[in-house]
Amino acid sequence: MSREKREIVTPSQLLGDTNSSKAGRGTFIEKGKIYSERMGLLNKISDFINVIPLKGRYEPIEKDFVIGIIEEPLSSSWLVDINAPYPALLHTNEVPWDVEFGETDKYLNRGDSIMAKILDVGIEKNIQITLKDQKDHNLYKISGGYITNIEPSKVPRLIGKEGSMITLLKKYTKCRIHVGKNGRIWIKGENEKISKVLQVIKKIETESIYYGLTDRIEGLLKKDANEVQ
Amino acid sequence: MEQEIKLIDDDGKRLDGRKADELREIKIEAGVLHRAEGSCYLEWGNNKVVAAVYGPREAIPRHSQDPLKAIVRARYNMAAFSVDERKRPGPDRRSREISKVISEALEKVIITNKFPRAAIEVNIEVLEAEAGTRCAGLTAAGVALADAGIPMKDIPVACAAGKIGSKDNFGKKIGGNIVLDLGKQEDNFGDADLPIAISPRNGEILLLQMDGHLTVEEFDKALDLAIKGCNIISKLQKEALLQKYQVDVEAY
Repeated sequence: MSREKREIVTPSQLLGDTNSSKAGRGTFIEKGKIYSERMGLLNKISDFINVIPLKGRYEPIEKDFVIGIIEEPLSSSWLVDINAPYPALLHTNEVPWDVEFGETDKYLNRGDSIMAKILDVGIEKNIQITLKDQKDHNLYKISGGYITNIEPSKVPRLIGKEGSMITLLKKYTKCRIHVGKNGRIWIKGENEKISKVLQVIKKIETESIYYGLTDRIEGLLKKDANEVQ
Repeated sequence: MEQEIKLIDDDGKRLDGRKADELREIKIEAGVLHRAEGSCYLEWGNNKVVAAVYGPREAIPRHSQDPLKAIVRARYNMAAFSVDERKRPGPDRRSREISKVISEALEKVIITNKFPRAAIEVNIEVLEAEAGTRCAGLTAAGVALADAGIPMKDIPVACAAGKIGSKDNFGKKIGGNIVLDLGKQEDNFGDADLPIAISPRNGEILLLQMDGHLTVEEFDKALDLAIKGCNIISKLQKEALLQKYQVDVEAY
Protein backbone atom coordinates (compact mmCIF):
# COMPACT_ATOMS: atom_id res chain seq x y z
CA MET A 1 0.00 0.00 0.00
CA SER A 2 1.37 3.37 -0.96
CA ARG A 3 2.18 5.56 1.96
CA GLU A 4 3.56 8.30 -0.20
CA LYS A 5 3.23 11.70 1.32
CA ARG A 6 2.27 14.97 -0.28
CA GLU A 7 4.46 18.00 0.18
CA ILE A 8 3.52 20.33 3.02
CA VAL A 9 4.19 24.01 2.41
CA THR A 10 4.41 26.93 4.82
CA PRO A 11 3.11 30.47 4.21
CA SER A 12 5.36 32.58 1.96
CA GLN A 13 7.07 29.53 0.49
CA LEU A 14 8.14 30.09 -3.11
CA LEU A 15 6.18 27.76 -5.41
CA GLY A 16 6.99 28.96 -8.92
CA ASP A 17 6.77 31.91 -11.23
CA THR A 18 4.03 33.27 -13.42
CA ASN A 19 5.89 32.56 -16.69
CA SER A 20 5.75 28.81 -16.33
CA SER A 21 2.64 28.27 -14.19
CA LYS A 22 -0.57 29.84 -12.96
CA ALA A 23 -1.48 30.78 -9.42
CA GLY A 24 -4.43 28.76 -8.12
CA ARG A 25 -6.19 28.62 -4.77
CA GLY A 26 -4.25 29.39 -1.63
CA THR A 27 -1.50 31.30 -3.40
CA PHE A 28 -0.62 34.88 -4.14
CA ILE A 29 1.57 36.61 -6.70
CA GLU A 30 4.24 39.17 -5.99
CA LYS A 31 6.67 40.47 -8.59
CA GLY A 32 5.96 37.59 -10.96
CA LYS A 33 6.56 34.90 -8.36
CA ILE A 34 3.96 32.60 -6.86
CA TYR A 35 3.96 32.08 -3.09
CA SER A 36 1.85 30.03 -0.73
CA GLU A 37 -0.44 32.06 1.52
CA ARG A 38 -1.11 29.38 4.15
CA MET A 39 -0.07 26.07 5.66
CA GLY A 40 -1.23 23.43 3.27
CA LEU A 41 -0.58 20.66 0.80
CA LEU A 42 0.96 21.44 -2.55
CA ASN A 43 -1.26 20.39 -5.41
CA LYS A 44 -0.30 20.89 -9.05
CA ILE A 45 -2.99 20.36 -11.64
CA SER A 46 -1.76 20.94 -15.22
CA ASP A 47 -0.07 24.31 -14.93
CA PHE A 48 -2.04 25.53 -11.93
CA ILE A 49 -0.38 25.61 -8.53
CA ASN A 50 -2.83 25.18 -5.66
CA VAL A 51 -2.38 24.97 -1.93
CA ILE A 52 -5.01 22.88 -0.18
CA PRO A 53 -5.44 24.23 3.35
CA LEU A 54 -4.79 21.84 6.24
CA LYS A 55 -6.65 23.97 8.72
CA GLY A 56 -8.76 27.07 8.77
CA ARG A 57 -12.26 28.40 8.95
CA TYR A 58 -14.95 27.43 6.48
CA GLU A 59 -15.30 29.96 3.68
CA PRO A 60 -18.92 30.04 2.52
CA ILE A 61 -19.56 29.61 -1.20
CA GLU A 62 -22.93 29.80 -2.95
CA LYS A 63 -24.87 26.52 -3.30
CA ASP A 64 -22.80 24.75 -0.65
CA PHE A 65 -24.64 22.24 1.48
CA VAL A 66 -24.11 23.07 5.15
CA ILE A 67 -25.31 21.95 8.55
CA GLY A 68 -26.23 24.88 10.75
CA ILE A 69 -27.23 25.40 14.35
CA ILE A 70 -29.79 28.09 15.15
CA GLU A 71 -28.24 30.88 17.18
CA GLU A 72 -31.16 33.21 17.59
CA PRO A 73 -34.71 33.48 16.26
CA LEU A 74 -35.53 37.06 15.15
CA SER A 75 -39.01 38.32 14.26
CA SER A 76 -38.84 37.35 10.59
CA SER A 77 -35.62 35.42 10.31
CA TRP A 78 -33.13 33.26 12.17
CA LEU A 79 -29.43 33.71 12.78
CA VAL A 80 -27.66 30.43 12.09
CA ASP A 81 -24.16 29.38 13.04
CA ILE A 82 -22.63 27.60 10.04
CA ASN A 83 -19.05 27.49 11.30
CA ALA A 84 -18.10 30.47 9.11
CA PRO A 85 -16.60 33.70 10.47
CA TYR A 86 -20.06 35.24 10.33
CA PRO A 87 -23.56 33.97 11.26
CA ALA A 88 -25.88 33.23 8.34
CA LEU A 89 -29.38 34.62 7.92
CA LEU A 90 -32.33 32.32 7.26
CA HIS A 91 -35.37 34.35 6.24
CA THR A 92 -38.94 33.12 6.76
CA ASN A 93 -39.45 33.26 2.98
CA GLU A 94 -36.76 30.61 2.68
CA VAL A 95 -38.43 27.93 4.83
CA PRO A 96 -41.10 25.46 3.72
CA TRP A 97 -43.51 26.56 6.45
CA ASP A 98 -45.89 29.52 6.61
CA VAL A 99 -44.43 31.49 9.49
CA GLU A 100 -46.35 34.38 11.09
CA PHE A 101 -44.40 37.51 11.91
CA GLY A 102 -42.84 37.13 15.36
CA GLU A 103 -43.53 33.41 15.62
CA THR A 104 -40.25 32.14 14.29
CA ASP A 105 -39.40 30.42 17.56
CA LYS A 106 -42.37 28.05 17.14
CA TYR A 107 -40.61 26.45 14.19
CA LEU A 108 -36.92 26.67 14.89
CA ASN A 109 -35.42 27.59 18.22
CA ARG A 110 -32.00 28.11 19.69
CA GLY A 111 -29.92 24.94 19.48
CA ASP A 112 -31.94 23.29 16.71
CA SER A 113 -29.94 21.95 13.80
CA ILE A 114 -30.82 22.29 10.15
CA MET A 115 -29.47 21.08 6.85
CA ALA A 116 -29.41 24.05 4.54
CA LYS A 117 -28.02 25.38 1.34
CA ILE A 118 -26.19 28.67 0.94
CA LEU A 119 -28.30 30.99 -1.15
CA ASP A 120 -26.07 33.98 -1.44
CA VAL A 121 -22.81 35.40 -0.15
CA GLY A 122 -22.67 39.17 -0.37
CA ILE A 123 -19.64 41.33 -0.99
CA GLU A 124 -19.47 42.13 2.71
CA LYS A 125 -19.85 38.42 3.42
CA ASN A 126 -23.48 38.67 4.43
CA ILE A 127 -24.53 35.04 4.17
CA GLN A 128 -28.08 33.93 3.36
CA ILE A 129 -29.14 30.32 3.54
CA THR A 130 -32.27 28.50 2.47
CA LEU A 131 -34.28 25.41 3.33
CA LYS A 132 -36.18 25.57 0.04
CA ASP A 133 -34.75 24.04 -3.08
CA GLN A 134 -36.78 22.36 -5.80
CA LYS A 135 -34.02 19.96 -6.78
CA ASP A 136 -32.71 19.12 -3.35
CA HIS A 137 -35.00 17.31 -0.92
CA ASN A 138 -32.36 16.95 1.70
CA LEU A 139 -32.96 20.30 3.37
CA TYR A 140 -34.85 20.07 6.63
CA LYS A 141 -34.68 20.33 10.39
CA ILE A 142 -32.58 17.58 11.95
CA SER A 143 -34.06 15.37 14.62
CA GLY A 144 -32.08 12.69 16.42
CA GLY A 145 -28.72 11.33 15.39
CA TYR A 146 -25.30 12.72 16.13
CA ILE A 147 -23.40 15.75 14.86
CA THR A 148 -19.63 15.81 14.74
CA ASN A 149 -17.09 18.28 13.41
CA ILE A 150 -14.03 17.90 11.22
CA GLU A 151 -11.74 20.45 9.64
CA PRO A 152 -13.71 21.98 6.73
CA SER A 153 -10.61 21.60 4.56
CA LYS A 154 -10.83 17.82 4.93
CA VAL A 155 -14.42 17.46 3.76
CA PRO A 156 -13.48 16.62 0.14
CA ARG A 157 -11.26 13.82 1.45
CA LEU A 158 -14.12 12.38 3.51
CA ILE A 159 -16.41 12.42 0.51
CA GLY A 160 -13.77 10.97 -1.80
CA LYS A 161 -13.61 10.93 -5.59
CA GLU A 162 -17.21 11.15 -6.83
CA GLY A 163 -18.37 10.19 -3.35
CA SER A 164 -16.39 6.93 -3.22
CA MET A 165 -15.34 7.25 0.43
CA ILE A 166 -18.71 8.27 1.80
CA THR A 167 -20.64 5.57 -0.12
CA LEU A 168 -18.18 3.06 1.29
CA LEU A 169 -18.87 4.28 4.78
CA LYS A 170 -22.64 4.21 4.27
CA LYS A 171 -22.48 0.74 2.71
CA TYR A 172 -20.58 -0.89 5.57
CA THR A 173 -22.22 0.85 8.52
CA LYS A 174 -25.77 1.26 7.21
CA CYS A 175 -25.94 4.74 8.73
CA ARG A 176 -27.44 7.84 7.23
CA ILE A 177 -24.58 10.29 6.84
CA HIS A 178 -24.81 13.85 5.62
CA VAL A 179 -21.62 15.86 5.28
CA GLY A 180 -21.87 19.63 5.27
CA LYS A 181 -19.23 21.58 3.41
CA ASN A 182 -18.67 23.52 6.64
CA GLY A 183 -17.20 20.46 8.36
CA ARG A 184 -20.28 19.36 10.29
CA ILE A 185 -21.42 15.80 9.81
CA TRP A 186 -24.80 14.39 10.79
CA ILE A 187 -24.96 10.65 11.40
CA LYS A 188 -28.06 8.66 12.17
CA GLY A 189 -28.15 4.94 12.85
CA GLU A 190 -27.53 2.39 15.57
CA ASN A 191 -25.33 3.63 18.41
CA GLU A 192 -22.53 1.13 17.81
CA LYS A 193 -22.52 1.91 14.13
CA ILE A 194 -22.31 5.62 14.89
CA SER A 195 -19.23 5.12 17.03
CA LYS A 196 -17.71 3.07 14.21
CA VAL A 197 -18.37 5.92 11.78
CA LEU A 198 -16.82 8.43 14.18
CA GLN A 199 -13.73 6.27 14.47
CA VAL A 200 -13.33 6.04 10.72
CA ILE A 201 -13.89 9.78 10.29
CA LYS A 202 -11.13 10.45 12.81
CA LYS A 203 -8.81 8.18 10.87
CA ILE A 204 -9.62 9.85 7.59
CA GLU A 205 -9.01 13.25 9.11
CA THR A 206 -5.60 12.40 10.50
CA GLU A 207 -4.39 10.44 7.49
CA SER A 208 -5.81 12.70 4.85
CA ILE A 209 -2.43 13.68 3.49
CA TYR A 210 -1.54 10.20 2.25
CA TYR A 211 -2.39 8.76 -1.12
CA GLY A 212 -4.50 5.61 -1.43
CA LEU A 213 -6.60 6.29 1.66
CA THR A 214 -9.89 4.96 0.28
CA ASP A 215 -8.45 1.49 -0.22
CA ARG A 216 -7.10 1.36 3.30
CA ILE A 217 -10.37 2.52 4.81
CA GLU A 218 -12.21 -0.14 2.82
CA GLY A 219 -9.83 -2.76 4.18
CA LEU A 220 -10.50 -1.57 7.70
CA LEU A 221 -14.27 -1.60 7.29
CA LYS A 222 -14.21 -5.04 5.68
CA LYS A 223 -12.12 -6.49 8.47
CA ASP A 224 -14.56 -5.22 11.06
CA ALA A 225 -17.54 -6.49 9.11
CA ASN A 226 -16.01 -9.98 9.10
CA GLU A 227 -15.44 -9.87 12.83
CA VAL A 228 -19.08 -9.10 13.45
CA GLN A 229 -20.20 -12.05 11.34
CA MET B 1 28.01 53.19 44.13
CA GLU B 2 28.23 49.56 43.31
CA GLN B 3 30.72 48.61 40.72
CA GLU B 4 29.25 48.27 37.28
CA ILE B 5 28.87 44.76 35.94
CA LYS B 6 31.20 44.01 33.10
CA LEU B 7 28.81 42.86 30.41
CA ILE B 8 31.38 41.81 27.87
CA ASP B 9 34.99 40.77 28.39
CA ASP B 10 38.00 41.61 26.29
CA ASP B 11 37.68 38.42 24.22
CA GLY B 12 34.18 39.49 23.20
CA LYS B 13 32.54 36.89 25.44
CA ARG B 14 29.33 37.93 27.17
CA LEU B 15 28.02 37.20 30.66
CA ASP B 16 26.25 34.00 29.64
CA GLY B 17 29.18 32.89 27.50
CA ARG B 18 27.71 33.87 24.16
CA LYS B 19 29.64 35.59 21.39
CA ALA B 20 28.46 38.98 20.11
CA ASP B 21 26.46 37.52 17.22
CA GLU B 22 25.00 34.52 19.02
CA LEU B 23 21.35 34.00 19.91
CA ARG B 24 20.01 32.47 23.07
CA GLU B 25 18.60 28.98 22.71
CA ILE B 26 15.18 28.92 21.05
CA LYS B 27 12.57 26.17 21.15
CA ILE B 28 9.31 26.50 19.23
CA GLU B 29 6.32 24.18 19.34
CA ALA B 30 3.21 24.75 17.24
CA GLY B 31 -0.36 23.70 18.06
CA VAL B 32 -0.24 23.29 21.83
CA LEU B 33 -3.75 24.53 22.73
CA HIS B 34 -6.78 22.52 21.66
CA ARG B 35 -9.51 25.11 21.91
CA ALA B 36 -7.66 27.80 19.98
CA GLU B 37 -7.68 27.86 16.19
CA GLY B 38 -3.90 28.02 16.23
CA SER B 39 -1.30 28.25 18.95
CA CYS B 40 2.40 28.21 19.70
CA TYR B 41 4.64 27.74 22.72
CA LEU B 42 8.03 29.36 22.53
CA GLU B 43 11.07 29.28 24.77
CA TRP B 44 13.76 31.85 24.08
CA GLY B 45 16.49 31.67 26.67
CA ASN B 46 14.48 31.98 29.85
CA ASN B 47 11.52 33.63 28.16
CA LYS B 48 8.47 31.40 28.05
CA VAL B 49 5.61 32.59 25.88
CA VAL B 50 2.31 31.11 24.70
CA ALA B 51 0.44 32.61 21.76
CA ALA B 52 -3.12 31.68 20.78
CA VAL B 53 -5.12 32.72 17.72
CA TYR B 54 -8.91 32.89 17.63
CA GLY B 55 -10.92 33.72 14.57
CA PRO B 56 -11.51 35.08 12.02
CA ARG B 57 -14.87 35.69 13.61
CA GLU B 58 -17.35 38.53 13.58
CA ALA B 59 -15.82 41.61 15.23
CA ILE B 60 -17.53 42.70 18.41
CA PRO B 61 -18.41 45.51 19.25
CA ARG B 62 -19.98 46.17 15.89
CA HIS B 63 -18.59 49.69 15.51
CA SER B 64 -15.07 48.25 15.48
CA GLN B 65 -15.83 46.30 12.30
CA ASP B 66 -14.26 47.32 9.03
CA PRO B 67 -16.56 46.62 6.05
CA LEU B 68 -13.55 46.02 3.78
CA LYS B 69 -11.11 44.02 5.85
CA ALA B 70 -10.53 42.12 9.04
CA ILE B 71 -9.11 43.83 12.08
CA VAL B 72 -6.23 42.27 13.95
CA ARG B 73 -6.31 42.47 17.70
CA ALA B 74 -3.20 41.33 19.50
CA ARG B 75 -3.15 41.31 23.25
CA TYR B 76 0.20 41.10 24.98
CA ASN B 77 -0.03 40.22 28.65
CA MET B 78 2.58 39.44 31.25
CA ALA B 79 1.59 36.97 33.91
CA ALA B 80 1.88 38.22 37.50
CA PHE B 81 4.50 35.54 38.18
CA SER B 82 6.53 36.18 35.05
CA VAL B 83 9.06 38.49 36.69
CA ASP B 84 11.09 38.44 39.93
CA GLU B 85 8.95 40.98 41.71
CA ARG B 86 5.22 40.23 41.34
CA LYS B 87 3.77 42.27 38.51
CA ARG B 88 0.43 43.91 39.19
CA PRO B 89 -1.91 42.01 36.83
CA GLY B 90 -3.84 43.67 34.04
CA PRO B 91 -3.00 45.94 31.14
CA ASP B 92 -0.62 48.79 31.84
CA ARG B 93 1.05 51.47 29.75
CA ARG B 94 3.83 49.18 28.59
CA SER B 95 1.70 46.18 27.64
CA ARG B 96 -0.80 48.36 25.80
CA GLU B 97 1.97 49.84 23.75
CA ILE B 98 3.37 46.42 22.91
CA SER B 99 -0.11 45.12 22.02
CA LYS B 100 -0.51 48.01 19.62
CA VAL B 101 2.82 47.63 17.84
CA ILE B 102 2.39 43.86 17.55
CA SER B 103 -1.14 44.27 16.16
CA GLU B 104 0.18 46.62 13.52
CA ALA B 105 3.06 44.34 12.62
CA LEU B 106 0.72 41.35 12.23
CA GLU B 107 -1.84 43.33 10.25
CA LYS B 108 0.82 44.00 7.65
CA VAL B 109 1.36 40.31 6.85
CA ILE B 110 -2.18 38.92 7.20
CA ILE B 111 -4.30 39.11 4.05
CA THR B 112 -7.06 40.97 5.86
CA ASN B 113 -9.29 41.80 2.89
CA LYS B 114 -10.36 38.16 2.70
CA PHE B 115 -12.44 38.54 5.85
CA PRO B 116 -14.45 41.76 5.83
CA ARG B 117 -16.16 42.66 9.13
CA ALA B 118 -14.18 40.02 11.02
CA ALA B 119 -11.66 40.15 13.82
CA ILE B 120 -8.58 37.99 14.22
CA GLU B 121 -7.58 37.82 17.84
CA VAL B 122 -4.07 36.97 18.96
CA ASN B 123 -3.41 36.48 22.64
CA ILE B 124 0.19 36.50 23.75
CA GLU B 125 0.80 35.41 27.32
CA VAL B 126 4.24 35.82 28.82
CA LEU B 127 4.75 33.12 31.44
CA GLU B 128 8.36 33.87 32.19
CA ALA B 129 10.19 37.02 31.19
CA GLU B 130 13.89 37.57 30.79
CA ALA B 131 14.33 40.34 28.20
CA GLY B 132 13.09 40.56 24.67
CA THR B 133 9.57 39.36 25.39
CA ARG B 134 8.04 41.49 22.66
CA CYS B 135 10.25 39.77 20.09
CA ALA B 136 9.44 36.37 21.58
CA GLY B 137 5.72 37.23 21.61
CA LEU B 138 5.66 38.37 18.02
CA THR B 139 7.65 35.35 16.84
CA ALA B 140 5.23 33.03 18.65
CA ALA B 141 2.24 34.93 17.25
CA GLY B 142 3.57 34.40 13.73
CA VAL B 143 3.73 30.63 14.21
CA ALA B 144 0.29 30.56 15.85
CA LEU B 145 -1.25 32.46 12.92
CA ALA B 146 0.25 30.06 10.39
CA ASP B 147 -0.96 27.14 12.53
CA ALA B 148 -4.48 28.62 12.50
CA GLY B 149 -4.47 28.45 8.70
CA ILE B 150 -4.96 32.17 8.29
CA PRO B 151 -3.93 33.42 4.85
CA MET B 152 -0.84 35.56 5.20
CA LYS B 153 1.92 36.94 3.03
CA ASP B 154 4.68 35.89 5.37
CA ILE B 155 5.42 34.56 8.83
CA PRO B 156 6.61 37.58 10.81
CA VAL B 157 9.71 37.15 12.93
CA ALA B 158 11.32 39.43 15.48
CA CYS B 159 14.74 39.76 17.08
CA ALA B 160 16.67 42.43 18.92
CA ALA B 161 20.18 43.79 18.78
CA GLY B 162 21.78 46.29 21.11
CA LYS B 163 24.86 47.96 22.42
CA ILE B 164 26.59 46.96 25.64
CA GLY B 165 29.79 47.62 27.53
CA SER B 166 30.44 51.22 26.62
CA LYS B 167 31.77 51.98 30.12
CA ASP B 168 34.76 50.31 31.70
CA ASN B 169 35.04 49.38 35.38
CA PHE B 170 35.76 52.94 36.36
CA GLY B 171 32.84 54.46 34.54
CA LYS B 172 35.04 55.77 31.78
CA LYS B 173 33.53 55.77 28.31
CA ILE B 174 34.93 53.29 25.80
CA GLY B 175 33.66 52.12 22.42
CA GLY B 176 31.02 49.57 23.31
CA ASN B 177 29.99 46.47 21.41
CA ILE B 178 27.01 45.84 19.15
CA VAL B 179 25.56 42.47 20.13
CA LEU B 180 22.66 40.30 19.11
CA ASP B 181 19.70 39.35 21.33
CA LEU B 182 20.25 41.08 24.67
CA GLY B 183 19.94 39.05 27.87
CA LYS B 184 18.47 40.31 31.11
CA GLN B 185 21.59 41.96 32.54
CA GLU B 186 22.52 43.36 29.17
CA ASP B 187 19.06 44.86 28.78
CA ASN B 188 19.13 46.43 32.24
CA PHE B 189 22.67 47.73 32.24
CA GLY B 190 23.35 48.04 28.51
CA ASP B 191 23.33 51.21 26.49
CA ALA B 192 20.79 50.57 23.77
CA ASP B 193 18.22 48.01 22.68
CA LEU B 194 16.85 47.77 19.16
CA PRO B 195 14.02 45.24 18.71
CA ILE B 196 12.88 44.77 15.13
CA ALA B 197 10.41 42.54 13.33
CA ILE B 198 10.72 41.70 9.67
CA SER B 199 8.94 39.87 6.95
CA PRO B 200 11.76 37.47 6.04
CA ARG B 201 10.65 36.86 2.46
CA ASN B 202 11.35 40.41 1.33
CA GLY B 203 13.10 41.91 4.32
CA GLU B 204 10.38 44.45 4.95
CA ILE B 205 10.49 45.95 8.45
CA LEU B 206 7.27 45.49 10.40
CA LEU B 207 8.35 46.86 13.75
CA LEU B 208 11.29 48.91 14.89
CA GLN B 209 11.75 50.41 18.31
CA MET B 210 14.79 51.77 20.00
CA ASP B 211 15.65 52.34 23.61
CA GLY B 212 18.90 54.21 24.35
CA HIS B 213 21.37 55.93 22.09
CA LEU B 214 23.19 54.70 19.01
CA THR B 215 25.21 56.56 16.43
CA VAL B 216 24.19 56.15 12.79
CA GLU B 217 27.01 53.64 12.16
CA GLU B 218 26.11 51.68 15.27
CA PHE B 219 22.45 51.70 14.27
CA ASP B 220 23.23 50.32 10.82
CA LYS B 221 25.38 47.63 12.33
CA ALA B 222 22.75 46.69 14.91
CA LEU B 223 20.01 46.58 12.28
CA ASP B 224 22.03 44.26 10.05
CA LEU B 225 22.80 42.02 13.00
CA ALA B 226 19.15 41.89 14.09
CA ILE B 227 18.00 41.03 10.56
CA LYS B 228 20.55 38.23 10.50
CA GLY B 229 19.09 36.95 13.78
CA CYS B 230 15.56 37.17 12.39
CA ASN B 231 16.49 35.02 9.41
CA ILE B 232 17.87 32.32 11.70
CA ILE B 233 14.71 32.32 13.82
CA SER B 234 12.52 32.28 10.72
CA LYS B 235 13.98 28.89 9.80
CA LEU B 236 13.18 27.57 13.28
CA GLN B 237 9.56 28.78 12.93
CA LYS B 238 9.08 26.92 9.66
CA GLU B 239 10.69 23.79 11.04
CA ALA B 240 8.33 23.86 14.03
CA LEU B 241 5.30 24.18 11.76
CA LEU B 242 6.36 21.40 9.44
CA GLN B 243 7.19 19.17 12.38
CA LYS B 244 3.74 19.62 13.91
CA TYR B 245 1.98 18.43 10.78
CA GLN B 246 4.43 15.60 10.26
CA VAL B 247 3.82 14.37 13.85
CA ASP B 248 0.07 14.64 13.36
CA VAL B 249 0.38 12.10 10.62
CA GLU B 250 2.89 9.75 12.14
CA ALA B 251 0.78 9.19 15.25
CA TYR B 252 -1.29 6.78 13.19
